[in-house]
Amino acid sequence: MSHSWGAAIRPRHALASVVVPGTVQSIERAAAILQVVAASGGTLGVTDIAESVGLAKTTTHSLLRTLLHVGYVEQDRTTGHYAVGAGILRLGSHLDVNELRARSSNWADALAARSGHAVRLATLAGEDEVVVVHHVFRPDDSVQVLEVGTALPARTTALGKVLLAHALGHRTPRAAAGTWAGELAEVRARGWAVDRGEHQPGRGCIAAPVRGPGGMVVAALGINGPVTSLFDGRGAPRGPLLGRVTDAASAVSRELGASGA
Amino acid sequence: MPDRYVLAVDQGTTSTRSLVFDRGGRMVAVRQREHRQYFPKPGWVEHDPMEIWANTQRTAAQVLADLPGPGEVVAIGIANQRETTVVWDRATGRPVTRALVWQDTRTDDLVTELAARPDAGLVAERSGMAIAGYFSGPRLSWILDHVPRARERAERGELLFGTMETWLIWNLTGGPDGGVHVTDVTNASRTLLMDVRSCRWDPDLLAFFGIPAAMLPEIRPSVGVLGVATALSPALPIAGALGDQQAALFGQACFAPGEAKCTYGTGSFLLQNTGTELVHTRSGSISTVAYQLAGEPVHYALEGSIAVAGALVQWLRDGLGLISSAAEVETLARTVGDNGGCYVVPAFSGLLAPHWRGEARGLVAGLTSYVTKGHLARAVLEATGWQTRDVVQAMAADSGLSLPSLRVDGGMTTNNLLMQFVADALDVPVVRPMVGETVSLGAAYAAGLAVGVWSDVEALRRNWHRAAQWTPSPARARALTEEYPRWERAVELSIAWGAP
Repeated sequence: MSHSWGAAIRPRHALASVVVPGTVQSIERAAAILQVVAASGGTLGVTDIAESVGLAKTTTHSLLRTLLHVGYVEQDRTTGHYAVGAGILRLGSHLDVNELRARSSNWADALAARSGHAVRLATLAGEDEVVVVHHVFRPDDSVQVLEVGTALPARTTALGKVLLAHALGHRTPRAAAGTWAGELAEVRARGWAVDRGEHQPGRGCIAAPVRGPGGMVVAALGINGPVTSLFDGRGAPRGPLLGRVTDAASAVSRELGASGA
Repeated sequence: MPDRYVLAVDQGTTSTRSLVFDRGGRMVAVRQREHRQYFPKPGWVEHDPMEIWANTQRTAAQVLADLPGPGEVVAIGIANQRETTVVWDRATGRPVTRALVWQDTRTDDLVTELAARPDAGLVAERSGMAIAGYFSGPRLSWILDHVPRARERAERGELLFGTMETWLIWNLTGGPDGGVHVTDVTNASRTLLMDVRSCRWDPDLLAFFGIPAAMLPEIRPSVGVLGVATALSPALPIAGALGDQQAALFGQACFAPGEAKCTYGTGSFLLQNTGTELVHTRSGSISTVAYQLAGEPVHYALEGSIAVAGALVQWLRDGLGLISSAAEVETLARTVGDNGGCYVVPAFSGLLAPHWRGEARGLVAGLTSYVTKGHLARAVLEATGWQTRDVVQAMAADSGLSLPSLRVDGGMTTNNLLMQFVADALDVPVVRPMVGETVSLGAAYAAGLAVGVWSDVEALRRNWHRAAQWTPSPARARALTEEYPRWERAVELSIAWGAP
């Protein structure tokens, strides 16, 4: 690659000629930087990149730092050179559900073992349903059936509430308390959801969001069981259960490469 | 009473891992360090024993420091890559050459020569295993033949032999300064040098392979105190050691005759407990030692090794580029409803159990213009299921034991399509335990059992919990039984293709 990158790079000050009124300047600049970084095959440092795109070194540096933060570029620790990051490679392909299961498996097992409840991981399928993509049995060796592939209603399950709360188009600002939009806003703000017998009488669930690279919520992870063993008399999650669910969801998010999870 | 924990060291082919388990059999901490793979010539695979020893010390110290809250680690157990061979200087603790890894094929010619000798029948009769380069005895012969003065030094007692657990135990207990030179009976059973009935080194087998008895470790039970690891802080009793696949059988709590586990990794290893009687094999499985508790009789197992399982999925990813991660093979396979008449026999370097045909080579059979990459992905997964059936049938023929269910572990168990196919192809339930780290758990169980963390194997059984179960569908099981001869025909073709 390194012998040919020069030809692919726009001439100096190229950006001035491609800026179109009404576009966002920093995104255009970031895109130009990504093109240069990709074409260089990881052989350029900040000075060369700034020169290639015709920007001040400080501006280029702050754009590169942002790209580094979201995983779109990576920096070699010894040379300081920049290369295309794993985040950008993942852009074209959505997160495969089977990949999701493989990457979450250890954490889901640990959550079931520690909580004593069955664990399910689900993704959104349309507006009204979620699909179970991974299921770990309740660790009591009773007869249980693998629920992978089962569709569940989104509005009455904790898994569904987590996913709807973070789905695009559901980000209603300043929703009134006590309304459906208000409940989703609350789920979004506190980072977990519950259902107490809304889907099946006597059965409940506690769930938290799993985030992928870039911070998008890609799945919900939750435990389910009898309402009385999950919640106390006032309807709050019992003892350490909530922390175990949110910790496990964060661990899977880290595994998937979400930053700050 | 504070919590009592057990440290397990899983010395594997690519890395050394130290893990801590609690009394519930749950993993509470893990550290891992990879070691370098040396490929000095085609077919040669070596590890640096000093690097592995350093990684063991380092990960063990780290994991002991990681421990949360009050509690005490009371013993250490070791599980190791099997058949990898180390020879070192007793006085200096330096290996005379790098370790010859179980994947190393340099002894193929030596084994062909030995197998042609008129007295070669002795090996299978005494050791329970057919003579093959897969085991450590021929590797030890090779080292004695090729390292200058090695045989005479070994005869004078200056050199020591061991598989990885022996090497680590010797170093943990002081090395040149009073190190204990022992092996466990499961590892010893993989050398071809041990009488599989008496579980002692066999003088005739030693003579056959030209091995001086002075360099051999003492054979000890798998469960029982072997020495004190003074190299660790705090010093811990080394109370268990098992070859990795036997450790997985132990970790899966397969303690009764008939109970079996299959580990689905790069390759696959199916072991079935056959109880305290040795099974005479005729159908292509291996009779091996499963484990021994101190003061109790040896338990045996039948073993079926499949060389290529997950490695075929890796080939789909890296060789063909049809998927970008191993897990995506299921997504691709689910784009179609069946294999479209396509079969893949992954005999990349021959076939192991139950065929034992080194000359076989891989093939894709049944190609028509109808076949898509989805069918190919399905055939790739089915190959692992069919190979499992091959091995299970051979074992059933040898042991007469029926398989109540198959306990599975390893990376491929997150693949639901494959696990359901295995259940249907075998017509038995396939169950996955809550703790996937069965190899290290088995080592921890062995050590904890020896020092009283657990009272008996029944206590270990109670720790085993089902995380998932795939139940066979009677209709699918019937259909796959009808289809099985197609697979067998593809296997025959792969053997014929590789024939000289």
